[in-house]
Amino acid sequence: MKIIIVGCGKVGSSLVDQLSKEKHEITIVDRNADVVSDISNTYDVMGVVGNGASYELLQETGIEEANLLIAVTDSDEVNMLACLVAKKVGGSNNPDFATIARVRNPLYSKEVAYIKEELGLATTINPEYAAAMEISRLIRFPSASKVDTFAKGKVELVKMEIPENSPLNGLSLIDIGKKYSMPVLIGIVERGEEVVIPRGNFVLMPGDRISLIATPEIARHFFHKVGLAVKGAKNVMIIGGGTIAIYLAEELLKSGITVKIVDWNREKCEELSDRMPEAAIICGDASNQDVLFEEGIRTVDGFVSLTGIDETNIFLSLFAKRVSKAKVITKVNRISFDDIIEEFNPGSIIYPKSITADYIVRYVRAKSNSIGSNVETLYRLMDGRVETLEFSIRKNSPVAGIPLMELKLKKDVLIACINHRGRIEIPNGRSVIHEGDTVVIITTTSGFSDIQDVLEG
Amino acid sequence: MNYGIIIYILGWVVFLTGSFMTLPCICAAIYQEQQGIYYMIVALSALLIGFLITRKKPKNHQFFAREGLLMVGSSWIVMSMIAALPFTLCGDIPFYVDALFESVSGFTTTGASILTDVEALCHASLLWRSFTHWIGGMGVFVFLLAVLPMVGGYNMHIMRAESPGPSVGKLVPKVRDTAKILYLIYFGLTVLMMIILIIAKMPVFDAICTAVGTAGTGGFGIKGDSMASYSPLIQWIVTIFMVLFGVNFNFYFFLLLGKGRNKKNAFKMEEVRWYIGLFILASVVISVNILSMMGSYSESIRHASFSVATVMTTTGFATEDFDLWPTLSKTILVAYMFLGACAGSTGGGIKVSRIVLVFKMVRQEIRSFIHPRSVKTITLDGKPVEKDTLRGVSVYICTFSVLFIVSMLLIAIDGFSFTTTFTSVTATINNIGPGLEICGPTGNYASFSVLSKFVFMFDMLAGRLELYPLLVLFAPRMWKKNS
Repeated sequence: MKIIIVGCGKVGSSLVDQLSKEKHEITIVDRNADVVSDISNTYDVMGVVGNGASYELLQETGIEEANLLIAVTDSDEVNMLACLVAKKVGGSNNPDFATIARVRNPLYSKEVAYIKEELGLATTINPEYAAAMEISRLIRFPSASKVDTFAKGKVELVKMEIPENSPLNGLSLIDIGKKYSMPVLIGIVERGEEVVIPRGNFVLMPGDRISLIATPEIARHFFHKVGLAVKGAKNVMIIGGGTIAIYLAEELLKSGITVKIVDWNREKCEELSDRMPEAAIICGDASNQDVLFEEGIRTVDGFVSLTGIDETNIFLSLFAKRVSKAKVITKVNRISFDDIIEEFNPGSIIYPKSITADYIVRYVRAKSNSIGSNVETLYRLMDGRVETLEFSIRKNSPVAGIPLMELKLKKDVLIACINHRGRIEIPNGRSVIHEGDTVVIITTTSGFSDIQDVLEG
Repeated sequence: MNYGIIIYILGWVVFLTGSFMTLPCICAAIYQEQQGIYYMIVALSALLIGFLITRKKPKNHQFFAREGLLMVGSSWIVMSMIAALPFTLCGDIPFYVDALFESVSGFTTTGASILTDVEALCHASLLWRSFTHWIGGMGVFVFLLAVLPMVGGYNMHIMRAESPGPSVGKLVPKVRDTAKILYLIYFGLTVLMMIILIIAKMPVFDAICTAVGTAGTGGFGIKGDSMASYSPLIQWIVTIFMVLFGVNFNFYFFLLLGKGRNKKNAFKMEEVRWYIGLFILASVVISVNILSMMGSYSESIRHASFSVATVMTTTGFATEDFDLWPTLSKTILVAYMFLGACAGSTGGGIKVSRIVLVFKMVRQEIRSFIHPRSVKTITLDGKPVEKDTLRGVSVYICTFSVLFIVSMLLIAIDGFSFTTTFTSVTATINNIGPGLEICGPTGNYASFSVLSKFVFMFDMLAGRLELYPLLVLFAPRMWKKNS
């Protein structure tokens, strides 16, 4: 696909990274010539320097032949204008032409549907909102360090670490199936640096981080049985009153969770209190331990550090981990040192930039596969080493109508769940995929674009 | 420094040189020449060695500008060394240094020869000589990029190191597609020229050699008198195609594949307009200047425009011995040797765009003396030019001058006249071929010493690769493991 990316900040460049690996023809536009030359030196893309909202410049990028324009500059207005102009130029003789804009100002967030409709956008992405949604999912399911959903939320992929005293220790996956006889599937196991898609004879050890695939109720039920806490948080402390905090607090308040936001800026605090009278807004310096103790950090069961400085967030989370039993979530903006940060173990880590990039990549995949079998959603897990993909099964698909155990699947591929038109099945060897189903597969191989890619040969 | 990938790419270059060499083998088979056997041996061994080296894929695919420079610099040397082998083995050029000179001159599209009697060569050698122009014209790496599936954007470093011009951009987002488009235009124009030459009643073998030689703006003739004995019509065809191959290939891309506004962009390219303008200007002045010698207008216009085209595009064919022309004409021709063709074409020289930028910089400097506070950005094709590009142009011209002077001093040891010394360096460093006097259109480079020949070879490579890929080979810092 021919893609034009306007704006090469962190999101733009991580999009270039992922999309160029998937062999799309990419043209980047940025006002900063250094950034453009940097990126076009490392990736196989064409660079154009200038303002992406300019009609003349967009023509130069070959927009007449492009399929998609993604506007991710730091200005919402430029993004929207770029998409509007692009739609008029590129969409005039190409009905398939689509545009994606990053619109992040909370002011516009309520009008997003209108904007999307009026500007003819394919989709908008709000990184802060997406991050807030992710955090809220984690808070409501605290023992997991990461939760992803498939099949429109009907199936969850829950990642958690096996503690020392867990009954799962020393059991192979077959044993687990026999002992608990529940429709759950252990899809991915991380042991140290290694990421594996386990077979039936795989034996679990303490310290393994497993990713469990199940429907939400059964997942909770299973965790209850194996003795891992599943109680959702009831009161949450948020440090930093930025945009993510606003979206997050609103979301949490909706589901009846008490929220306390700490920020040192009085004006901002007043603004927050105006917007959310139900939340407790504390004006104070969160890097002062006394302030945190006074506000009851020991007793909260959710702690989210969302300040603008990565280092502060990490320290605050490490501190919260030490003094409380809360589920701790840390926001980190810079992705470069992710493996080091994870070594510190400051709870669950949220990278807003990669959430945004993932969201867009997922859209691009779905669009570029609109013929034949279809990638509905895609998750990159474990630093991109594992992908989970959701396919819908078209007519005459080579996987349809055959029991799974008779399919010659590639190594490192697992069929994680089958959605029979709304009825979820966590498959076993006797399960059969039918036309019209959607299936979720997990794989350590990258770049599957069609369901038949999972078959050997 | 990622040596793994450099070796790997070198392997591909060896392989590619071997596969190109099958062409003279076929030619030898057609003419039933025994020399073909040597071409066969060299081609097969190159194919085998290249094949073996490329079996081992490098683990690390990451490389940067300096690996790109090193790859290109060393590959061109290796390539020339292989290409020189059959000349010596088959006995056409018994002395290996001479053979090397000939193949370097071929790949760098110079067309300077050490041969005193070209017509004594076998057909295979003649074709191979001319065909090296074609390979070197667009560049072996551009070809490699077009056929070799390589991941990542790193290969832009290779393309940039090999392609001529102050700033190398892409035509389309992918390097591979850009390379393919360039070679398609190149190939298309070459075939077109061959057909037109054959229609103009040139023998088929001559037409092939002339077309590939013109396409690469090389200039190896297959006759002792170069182009002089062909009909005026053929000479005109060659003139026109020389000018065409000296045009920035982006021009053709915009013209053929551009849509809407981009099509108009083709005619807005400042460099192309300057190039055509300067070509016409010099042709007119010289034809007036040599009118008394030629007798008729048509004769003088034909010879003048042919000579201007051959010098400006750095091809180096000849219809007339311009060494005998009046001083004004000779001086214009020597000046045009430095000018060169457009950036992004197959021609050599300093390139019109660099000269245009230099003039603009000078104008800006003068303006800043008159209005010290004036701010005025330098533009090309209506777009502002990056400071880095301008700095690159100035440094390029300085480096070029230094290299030029040092080469001249080394050549001077041979003790030839100043004109010979000056123009021989000019003609090699700008990849033209013929200079004046001893190395003029009717002369050759045979009488120079071995040292001088090596200096010429260095100059030719440096000129074709735009100095730096070759100069970095001699930077000690380049070879340190973790500098």
